Order: sequence, then structure tokens, then C-alpha cells
Amino acid sequence: MTALLETRALQKVYPVRAGLAHRARLFAADDVSISIERGRTLALVGESGSGKTTVGRCVLRLEEPTGGDVLLDGSSVTGLRPPQLRRLRREMQMVYQDPLDSLNPRHPVGELVAEPLLIHRIVPKSGMRTELEGLFRMVGLGPQHVNRLPHQLSGGQQQRVGIARALATGPKLVVLDEPTSALDVSVQAQIINLLRDLQRTRELTFLFISHDLAVVSLIAHRIAVMYLGQIVEIGPKNAVLDRPTHPYTRALIAATPVDHPAERRERIVVRGEPTSPIEPPAHCRLVPRCPFAQPICSQVPADLVEVVPGRWTRCVRFQREHENGVWEPAS
Amino acid sequence: MQVLDGVDFQVEDGEILGIVGESGSGKTMTALSVTGLLPPAAKICGGEVIFRGANLLALSRRQMNRVRGEKISMIFQSPRASLNPLYRVETTLAQVLRTHRNLRGESARRVALELLVDVGLPDPPRVLRQYPHQLSGGMCQRVMIAYALASNPSLLIADEPTTALDVTVQLQIIQLLSRLRKEHGLTLILITHNLSVIAELCDRVTVMYLGKIVEEGPVLEIFDRPRHPYTVGLLASRPTVHVEGTLATIPGQVPDVRERPPGCPFHPRCPFAKEICSEQHPVREKVDSGHSVECHFWREVG
Repeated sequence: MTALLETRALQKVYPVRAGLAHRARLFAADDVSISIERGRTLALVGESGSGKTTVGRCVLRLEEPTGGDVLLDGSSVTGLRPPQLRRLRREMQMVYQDPLDSLNPRHPVGELVAEPLLIHRIVPKSGMRTELEGLFRMVGLGPQHVNRLPHQLSGGQQQRVGIARALATGPKLVVLDEPTSALDVSVQAQIINLLRDLQRTRELTFLFISHDLAVVSLIAHRIAVMYLGQIVEIGPKNAVLDRPTHPYTRALIAATPVDHPAERRERIVVRGEPTSPIEPPAHCRLVPRCPFAQPICSQVPADLVEVVPGRWTRCVRFQREHENGVWEPAS
Repeated sequence: MQVLDGVDFQVEDGEILGIVGESGSGKTMTALSVTGLLPPAAKICGGEVIFRGANLLALSRRQMNRVRGEKISMIFQSPRASLNPLYRVETTLAQVLRTHRNLRGESARRVALELLVDVGLPDPPRVLRQYPHQLSGGMCQRVMIAYALASNPSLLIADEPTTALDVTVQLQIIQLLSRLRKEHGLTLILITHNLSVIAELCDRVTVMYLGKIVEEGPVLEIFDRPRHPYTVGLLASRPTVHVEGTLATIPGQVPDVRERPPGCPFHPRCPFAKEICSEQHPVREKVDSGHSVECHFWREVG
């Protein structure tokens, strides 16, 4: 199978002022290489400030990457000029976290879904109503919802509109940025189920950005964990969740609240909070917080290395101690 | 518009009670009623809030101010929004120590430092000198907890205290609250939409839906033997790591509080609903010791 989306050493650096005359660089995304096969879901997991949204926005070129390359279906997205880019936008769309923020409050939601269809001249005005009703039905809304204003819909319905709008142009790739985080629990489940159905029936490829491992485990095929702009681990979902290679992944899994009160336990936690992404060191960025850090960790550069076929980790200690994927519990 | 309807619950000394519900369930309004912090437009039309034997609703404003400062404290979802951005942490803490514990100068500073150590902040002298914008979200929430504890309250009400935080920091705050309960015998009312946070911390759970308590019981009992169809639905629709397949859902969505259905408020979404559910509100029935439910058909739900 070929990859529908690939990024190669994607980088996004912002200049920041640190002090009076001193210029510094903030590495929002650094050396991010991912690939997603057609019809699959890669989850990009990390906490706030990890750079996961930046990666999503660079992939869609809503933001210009400062380095690296993005390939959709084998052809580069990064070099495209505006007219070509506009054509390509049909192929890749985004769903945002807060549906109300991304919907114009003064336009009936039907118009918002129709907009991309008109811009890309996919459907003539005469056929619009039928097309809209079809799209609304696809996401579980009725024809009566087409003329509503965003605030007249519940959070879950608003997110369904956001999904209809993203799928209107028939994209191959959809970037979903925390699509269920703002929703109530009972509604979140409905949206996750809807996304899974749509992926199956329409062969969609998802880049699913989330901080919530429980949600991710329901929808992802592969997981990439980000920390301070870098991917620290990538692998198949179950492998990453069951046998994480990177201490940060372990910490994220351990920090996920228990499902049942009988599972309460003492847990290893990473100390403190993420350090600064401004001019980060070449060595592992987790060192100040890592309970397993050793002197070597701050002496050599931390590169993303394939330790077992399909599984990559940036943990230097793991790479040295666990050759060929032999796991020993860290002490 | 009625947002709360017959909300009866109790918290024992040293206990952690969780109030869980989705948006519009009235969980925050319940907390604000207890602390007397309701917005001006809101009125309590009936009922009592008994704290250590005294009805708080009968107190004058001045008396209530004292109770709120010294006996009951509250922390909120967004810690940064609850700290004055123009004051250093030290000033904020000094205020409450002066007002409620009559501490000034060096003794206030010493207690402030102890409080910051207590909530697990690194380098307390430095934090004292800092402004809220210089602190991360997790640190702000720790400062907020220190602030809430400064008056030595016997009851702390925490409204979504971890919702705005990242998971690793969320766990740190959960561990902190759990330790404070153990070490200081703190009584805690924890308001959240997150059943997993309830699973981590609480002794008892109260489930709210559209301004009513629909079920209440010990935490294990609620997770193992839920009797209200809404509780069952909430528990089943949670995504959990390592669950494959389609998630169970609750059909429809929470209606607007202004359109509260007659009878049992949950009946339009309930798989067990029969005719009586839209006509008659179920009464609170005892399932087991400490476990009660408001559902006509709870025996069938189990």
C-alpha cells in the first residue's frame, strides 16, 4: 500500500524575541516525518504546546512550513502556487475542535456547507439543495437543519455540520483537530462512531489530532506521540499503547485517568511541566522531567530510530538498552 | 426558568463527593448555591443548605462572607481567570491570610510558603514573587488550591479543577487533592463531567441530569451496578483505552433547560421509557444502603 500523506522532516520555526536585541527561534514542529496509508488513521497525540496542531496546519498549508516537505499522493504540496493549491484543497480538509468558532454565526449552516461546493464549482446552484440534504443525511442531520443558524444547533449537531462541510468537496485526507474535545461525553461517542463509519464508507484518510489516548485508541490505526515539537514515538496503535518505548508515552498512558474506581493505583508521573520550545537542546527534550534519565541522555543527540520494523522511538536509553526490541523494565 | 429541582445530597466529614453531569445538568449551579455565589439573576426558591447544623441560606450576607472565607472554599476550572493578574502570588495569599487568619508580615509570609510547599510547587520563594501570567496552567491551579486552603476551610468545592489541564498535569492535581484529603482530612465536593476523574478520587457519586439528581451512591456501587438508564449510558459511552468496536451512545442530546420534558427529564432519550415516564416524575427510591435512584424502572435496569 502506498502512503496518501507523507511528511519529510517537516519543520516550523517562529522567530521570537527573547530579551532586547536577542533573537531566538521557537521550534513549533521539528523533524516531523509521518506517513498515513490510504483509508487509515494516524493519531497525533500530545499535550498543549507539543506542536500537533502546527503539524496539521502545515500539512494543509494553512501555515507555511519553514523546512521539510509534505507529499499528498506522492506529489509535493509545499512547492505549490496558489491556483494549484486551491485545486488541491479539495483533496484535503480540516475539522476543528470548536464547531461554533469555525461556523459563521450569521449564516444558516446550509450556506456554510454549500460554500466550498460553490468555490470549487462542484455543484451548480440548481442542484445545491439536493446535494446539501444528502450531505446532511450523511452526517446524521435532517433537511430541516439546513436553514438553521449555528447557535440553534447543539454542540454535537454543530460538529456534524463541521464534518459535512469538510467532506463536501469529497476530500481524500481529513485533518481532525480535537474534534470531540469540546463535546459532552454522550455526544462524543456519537461523533466518534460517525467518523468511523464515514471513514469506512468513503475510504477517508484521517490525521487525527488529540490529547486523549482513550479517544485515540478507538479510532487510530497508528499513533505518533509528540513532545515539544518532535515526534518521540510512532507505531501501530496496540503496540504503542501496550508496550510503549518512550518514557513520555509511558507517562501519557499512566496519566490517563482510570476507567473504574477499583483500578486506582500509585503511578509514575513525569515531573513538572514541559520546558521551553525556544532553542531546545539537540539532546532529548524530556530529560528535565524524565524519571528514567541517565547521563547519556543529555550527551548525545536524540534521533528518531526504528527499533523494530514499523516502530520508531527517540529515546536514547531505549535505543541502547533494548536492541532489537527486547524490552526490559526500566529501573 | 428553573435550573435546579429538588437537589438533595449530603457530604460527610472527610469524604470526597463527586457530582457528575453533562452541560446544563446544574452541577455548577448546585455548587454556587451552596457557596452563596449565584449570579444576581438567580434566586433560590426553596430548600436549605445545612452546613454543620446551620442553614446557610438563612445567614446574612456578612455572616455568609465569613463562612465562605473560613469554612468553605471553592476552586474553578480556569485558575488563571480566578487569580488577579495584577497581584503577585504573595499579595494574593497575604490578603486571605490577613482577612481570615489575622496573619501579617513575616508570619503571613511563612504560612504562605508552607502553603505553596503543601501544594507541591517547586521553589516556593520564587513563586511568591511571580504574577499569574508567569505561571503555567498547572502551577496556577496549585496556587489557586493554596489560596483556597489558606483559610483552613473544612469544605473545598472544586468545579472541574482538572478540565483545562493536560493529562500529565491533571494526574498531578488529582494526586494532590487525594493527598490533601489524607493529610488534612479535607472534605471535598468535586464537580466534573469526567467519570474517570470521579473513578480516581471520589468515595460517593451524585449523577445529575437537567437540574435533578437521578442517582446517588458509593463510587463502586455506581460503577458496578448503575440503576439509572442515564448513568448506564454515561458509563457505556466513555471511550476507554483498549476498547474495540462501536461505542455505545445515548441517543439524542441534552435538551435546553427551558424545554425540560415533563415527567422524568430523561425519558425522551431513555431505552426503558414507558408511558408513565412522560407523565409522572419518579420518586427517589432506595436501592441499597447509600444508593438511591429516581427511575420508575430501576429494577429492570439492573
